[in-house]
Amino acid sequence: MKPIEAVNDFVVKFANVNGSGSASANQMFAKSILRMGVPATPRNIFPSNIQGLPTWYEIRVSEAGYLGARGGVDLMVQMNPQTWNQDVASIVPGGYLFHDSTRALPHGSLRSDINVIGVPLTQITSANYQLARELQLFKNVIYLGVLSALLDIEPEVFEQLFAEQFKGKDKLIAANVQAFKLGRTYAQEHLQCPIGLRVRRSDKVGDRIFVEGNSAVGLGMVYGGATVCAWYPITPSTSAVEGFTKWATRFRVDAETGEKKFAIIQAEDELSSIGMVIGAGWNGARAFTATSGPGISLMQEFIGLAYFAEIPAVLVDVQRAGPSTGMPTKTQQCDVLLCAYASHGDTKHVLLFPRDANECFEFGAAALDLADRLQTPIFLLTDLDIGMNERLVAPFAWDDSRHLDRGKVMTAEELEAGREFGRYTDVDGDGIAYRTYPGTHPTRGSFFTRGTSRDRKAIYTEDGAAYQDNMERLLRKFETAKSYVPTPLRKDAAKPTKLGAIYYGSTSDSMEEATEILAADGVDIDLLRVRAFPFNKSVDDFIAAHEQVFVVEQNRDAQLRTLLINEGDLNPRQLVRILHYDGTPITARQIAGQIRTSLGLDKAAQKEAAE
Amino acid sequence: MTYLPKPKLHHPELPKNDLGYTRRDYEGSISTLCAGCGHDSISAAIIHACYELALPPHRIAKLSGIGCSSKTPTYFLGASHGFNSVHGRMPSVLTGAAAANRDLIYLGVSGDGDSASIGLGQFAHAMRRGVNMTYIVENNGVYGLTKGQFSATADRGAKNKKGATNQDAPIDMISMAMLLGASFVGRSFSGDKTQLVPLIKAALAHKGPAFIDVISPCVTFNNHEGSTKSYDYVREHNEAVNFLDVILGRQEITVDYSPGSVEVVRQHDGSLIKLRKINSEYDVNDKIAAMEYVQKHQSKGEIVTGLLYVDSDSQDMHDHLGTSSTPLNAMDDAALVPGSAALAKLNASLR
Ligand SMILES: Cc1ncc(C[n+]2csc(CCOP(=O)(O)OP(=O)(O)O)c2C)c(N)n1
Ligand code: SF4
Ligand SMILES: [Mg+2]
Repeated sequence: MKPIEAVNDFVVKFANVNGSGSASANQMFAKSILRMGVPATPRNIFPSNIQGLPTWYEIRVSEAGYLGARGGVDLMVQMNPQTWNQDVASIVPGGYLFHDSTRALPHGSLRSDINVIGVPLTQITSANYQLARELQLFKNVIYLGVLSALLDIEPEVFEQLFAEQFKGKDKLIAANVQAFKLGRTYAQEHLQCPIGLRVRRSDKVGDRIFVEGNSAVGLGMVYGGATVCAWYPITPSTSAVEGFTKWATRFRVDAETGEKKFAIIQAEDELSSIGMVIGAGWNGARAFTATSGPGISLMQEFIGLAYFAEIPAVLVDVQRAGPSTGMPTKTQQCDVLLCAYASHGDTKHVLLFPRDANECFEFGAAALDLADRLQTPIFLLTDLDIGMNERLVAPFAWDDSRHLDRGKVMTAEELEAGREFGRYTDVDGDGIAYRTYPGTHPTRGSFFTRGTSRDRKAIYTEDGAAYQDNMERLLRKFETAKSYVPTPLRKDAAKPTKLGAIYYGSTSDSMEEATEILAADGVDIDLLRVRAFPFNKSVDDFIAAHEQVFVVEQNRDAQLRTLLINEGDLNPRQLVRILHYDGTPITARQIAGQIRTSLGLDKAAQKEAAE
Repeated sequence: MTYLPKPKLHHPELPKNDLGYTRRDYEGSISTLCAGCGHDSISAAIIHACYELALPPHRIAKLSGIGCSSKTPTYFLGASHGFNSVHGRMPSVLTGAAAANRDLIYLGVSGDGDSASIGLGQFAHAMRRGVNMTYIVENNGVYGLTKGQFSATADRGAKNKKGATNQDAPIDMISMAMLLGASFVGRSFSGDKTQLVPLIKAALAHKGPAFIDVISPCVTFNNHEGSTKSYDYVREHNEAVNFLDVILGRQEITVDYSPGSVEVVRQHDGSLIKLRKINSEYDVNDKIAAMEYVQKHQSKGEIVTGLLYVDSDSQDMHDHLGTSSTPLNAMDDAALVPGSAALAKLNASLR
């Protein structure tokens, strides 16, 4: 057996017990690689549980900059006897198993094609610490020390990270550095260091930042001017509101008075959260809610009201595997159709598909502008993979000349000057009418908002012609939306090709990597990353320009494909499903494998796709 | 339908309030409810109360759910913005609106189906949160708009129009409101303008969640023999504890009642509520006693009306949240957007 030799290109996976304090040690490990200038992408794999069940943290180290999941494990840091067998089985031949050798190996056959590295972690820890809390926390730090030696990561990088994390608490810094050194020294004295996997200093991280999508959503809401947030806790969206709370507390509390320029209301359920968002939007504040599929299901009736009565609202849907409670801690892109056509009657909604935390910030702020400009609910569709994992992304950017675009709002001055107001009157053909905020003018501009039909002046009517006139205007508005939403991004292959692929959101990194794999095999594919619904005209053009278009997504029913066919009047045969929906993020190899199979290119592809 | 003919021109002699508005300026469009419906009397009482308080009509936001009762905001305060939302969910919409602009006066109008059946949860949580509002339930014991099914406030043993008996225990919104944190709780009868108008005035002046349960007979589906929400039944069983007058800050109080029978309560905005007590023992500031009194009389089949509880030092949701005194919807970019320099610093902390 030949041990794997790889520099800056491998996968490390930590197997831990939920609640054992491993999360911050593992995060520090990922950061240490970034500080070495090498891109690293961690993913949390966790159960719906608070303490005791298995959890994993997988890090792909890739100097080439691939951020998608790769599949396979080169180094398993096995700290949880419960999952020993499956963890050992997941190591690729020639890979490494690092485990706590204090006690005899758990049952189960050890493979002969992997390299086993035992360190008596528990023994070292108990020889140096007494308190239960210390035993647990420092054990994690000790394995960081061992790993630094095994993978050749500079110890100074860790020392710096400890200094930053425990800034101002010198004792803690010293204690952590000491534990770290215990591990590092042990490894240097007892093991062959480094192993075949190594981290070598590089400069491929650049000015990128390392941040979770949900935190970025919260920041986007602060920059986008949201002042009211109403929500009900649900994984994986909760940390988006926590993000908003954190950033709003940092940026929106008056230094002198302590007054808050925001209101966060934890509602009693999602019906109430969306009701509050609609009430606030109606009253001229920017408002949002964050939830996941089950919450969107509950909000249906209200979403129809906001669509029909034309009230701005932003809904962040951090998607998880459904239906029902499904796999609440696993990722999917399964709410596309639910959101696109949410509520009864004829409805269509604007959806935004950010690919990562940078776009979570950008689209989050943009969603608030769009909601005001279009006077309708806007859905920001992220997912667990984007939302709950730290990822290396382009730094956040803000143009100070940008203004919060409140859309068509008639002011007291305009009303006073005699400007005509009709709440549902389309004055310029874009399908969007002027609104007024409640309380604007003593005698002019008031109107009654309702979910029942009304005429152009907002007067109740059951006249079919007036109803239809209004429904058609809403369609015109949806046409207008096409030019307001983020445009699709096209990236053509080096050579002309009849093959295209459409993808969106969190599959983007894997899709882009897959095209490189395929290109190396002689399969050229043009790419179109869709960033919003309604689809821009360039989506139709792209499809028309290709014989076959693969639509890559993480759900069973090919939901974006359905939406494309439905809205574009397309021939379904032209669009090929590339699907992955077991709750894990799709990998480049899986995409490439499925595409090769569908093209009938080779048999081996079938095997890879099944991985 | 109740057609109230309305000449376009105001009668020059119509009296004006301190703002120079006449009663007409507080009216809305013509009611389309059944002639004699209790809800129309409540609309009239709201118009009367707002006129007498001289509230600027456009500074009131009126919100409702779905039902005959929830339709009524169209029939009063035509110069105010209104929002007829979805069935049972007015409280959340009102809460969001109140969060957005703390400077308007919020009037929530609902029915017993809207608030005690489908919307019981939202009703409860809006009270708990301390939303600054006046919340009126127009309580007729049935779903008027869907043609007379029992609602959750129908009394056990009450008969519907077809003679069927309600077997389920009733929800008493008064007791619930007190229990859940409403800081102003009253009950009245749509047929008793003298009691209802000042009660609405006091509620509008109150800071915090003010709840009024108004028994409002449905003449079409629940005004028969055997109903406990009919005009006759309510008149016979009305157990009023007090009547009140609301006195605005600058007016003098002249005590013209026998000693012991009048109590003055000062509200947060400085207005005074002068209570003409019918039951001299009844203490409107004692919540526990109020709950006991209401329950005791209810068990005897009596309907206790009047101002039942008030906390004059009440706080509201904005106090709890610590929101700025400037309404959130009035904040500009400078107040809300931290800018690129702050973002550059933040980026640096994420490397
Ligand atoms: C979700 C939903 N379910 C059912 C209805 C039908 N509906 C309309 S009004 C109403 C009951 C209204 O009763 P209440 O609030 O007591 O008002 P009232 O008509 O008696 O004044 C019902 C069930 C609806 N509009 N929405
Ligand atoms: S049905 Fe009843 S509640 Fe509805 S308008 Fe007629 S009388 Fe009023
Ligand atoms: Mg009713």
